[in-house]
Amino acid sequence: MELCDLSALELAQIVRQRRASAVEVLDSCLRRIAAVDGRPGVLDAGRLTDEDQRGVHAFITLTAERAHAQTAEVDRKLAAGEEPGRLAGVPFTTKDIFCVKDTPSTAASRMLANFVAPYTATPVARMEASGAVMVGKVNLDEYTYGSSTESSAFQPSTRNPWNLGRVPGGSSGGSAASVAAGEAALSLGTDTAGSIRQPAAFCGVVGVKPTYGRVSRYGLIAFGSSLDCPGPLGRTVTDAALMLQVIAGPDPHDSTAAAAPTPDYLANLEAGVKGMRIGLSPEYFQITFPDARTGEYKQQPVPPEMEQAVRHAAWALAGLGAEIVEDVPMPNTRYGIPVYFVISRVEAASNLHRYDGVKYGYRTAQPVRELKELYRKSRSEGFGLQPKLRILMGMYVSAAQYSAQYYKRALGVRSLIRQDFEQAFDPQGKYRLDALLTPTTPTTAFPMAAVYGDSVLMQYADQLTVPANHAGVPGLSLPGGIAPDGLPVGLQLLGPDFSEGRLLQIGRAYELATEAEAWRKVRPGVLG
Amino acid sequence: MTDEISPETFAYLVGLAALELDETQAEYLRSELNHQLKAIHELEAIPLDENVPISLHGVPYPPEISPALRPDEWQPDPHTAAILGQAPRQAGRYIEVPDIPHTTLE
Repeated sequence: MELCDLSALELAQIVRQRRASAVEVLDSCLRRIAAVDGRPGVLDAGRLTDEDQRGVHAFITLTAERAHAQTAEVDRKLAAGEEPGRLAGVPFTTKDIFCVKDTPSTAASRMLANFVAPYTATPVARMEASGAVMVGKVNLDEYTYGSSTESSAFQPSTRNPWNLGRVPGGSSGGSAASVAAGEAALSLGTDTAGSIRQPAAFCGVVGVKPTYGRVSRYGLIAFGSSLDCPGPLGRTVTDAALMLQVIAGPDPHDSTAAAAPTPDYLANLEAGVKGMRIGLSPEYFQITFPDARTGEYKQQPVPPEMEQAVRHAAWALAGLGAEIVEDVPMPNTRYGIPVYFVISRVEAASNLHRYDGVKYGYRTAQPVRELKELYRKSRSEGFGLQPKLRILMGMYVSAAQYSAQYYKRALGVRSLIRQDFEQAFDPQGKYRLDALLTPTTPTTAFPMAAVYGDSVLMQYADQLTVPANHAGVPGLSLPGGIAPDGLPVGLQLLGPDFSEGRLLQIGRAYELATEAEAWRKVRPGVLG
Repeated sequence: MTDEISPETFAYLVGLAALELDETQAEYLRSELNHQLKAIHELEAIPLDENVPISLHGVPYPPEISPALRPDEWQPDPHTAAILGQAPRQAGRYIEVPDIPHTTLE
């Protein structure tokens, strides 16, 4: 095992105890990147080569020089006896949807390919203030619009380290893949419909979507402003807890960052689950989706391996003293995607109006006669298909004559989805759950190009994760086994507002209970 | 099922969105929009009591977790040059744009 394969917790201890320098840890990650990543994503990449099929392609921008300066400072502080910070010397990657001062901050779009951020997003600033070392900016679906990372304008798009023929999930695909492949110990992602949890599940790592407002959105290039949640990805629950501890908390730069104190997520991490009530819901063991031809809705159970993984986890947690509550009704789960099609598009269209070819970003090189022509040409050339689709849908469903039919109705149904969670978690209610346990995704990672282009089917990959975004509640995805296709299965824990500590506690208990199981020894294919 | 968004409505939306699309893009995007609208129509089947409040955020913001507003005071921004420097076309400290035709408001 190399340094880059150690957990963030171990790396922080090793660096602090000066058993390895921060520079040595970084160099280990850079060697791993050189060995497995292949060329970074670029605009106009041309045809993919055979060699491209053999790389992970997590990165858009490698910031090795910047990282070396940071590691040198960590090592200097340690040598001088100064406090280097809680995550001193721990390498992390940042989804390229966050502004980081003096780095390209592209949103994986041609529109922002030339944009160099003049300031740093709060979660990144907090990571760096804690001594963590940013290795680079990683790939994503363009503006986060997707569930496979394939819509990035920067190709080759990221591949799944477990099987390079499969997608890593998305939109935080580069984040999940970089952590799974040992290119960094941690990554900062965002979750608007499942974009941390779904790729974490597909790549066999841990991902946390915090409560809306738990982590500041300052410096995050916006998609759906009422849904976007920055959060951590790591290889263990403890690492995710460590990172969340650093990035969470109020922020004067973001008026939606809750003024709630951040608890100590590590203090009770190994306190167990005895007496906790953990629910299972039939609505999370089935998927509902529209037939592409007729539009009629179909329901079918999730594949048996997904349900078996959840039931195995429930059995393990019951063995530790948790009470498993069956048949918790979550009747509005199926409406999560239709509601998302409306709300997220309205918010995306609003957020994308700022790109005009004037203030920053892409500007057409074609001659134009007047300002509106500049807008049209710049936006048409700068945006890919997925942003265009969201702009058009957002404008349609929020138009005055359709708003009551679509947008206002979707906001009402969103309240019903929230009520499902309130009833399940109500301490005086019938179910009194501490958490709901579900599969994270309806399937394991799907093949590259199998779904891309069908925007409806792609969106339904988020069916089990998006309700938490509508409700604002926190969610944790963690590895729950290996399916017969050799790919990781993700388990999801959902809890009441600001209950991240409890979810991490349950996740850690499950990790400890299953650490001797054979599937935990299996490593991503790219690592040999 | 007929397409809810006709070519005419689609062309109107494209104009509002300040986009220009070639034929292939327009065909794909209109098809996907209609496909998504079919999924959205499922919402119409939900009995929605008029008393159900709409949610702008899932998480409520009671006073105890609502951040206090900052004082409304002017503060110099330290990044002015870097921010202005991002403009694709500049003339001195001005951002250059093409002609803005005179429009008479109705």
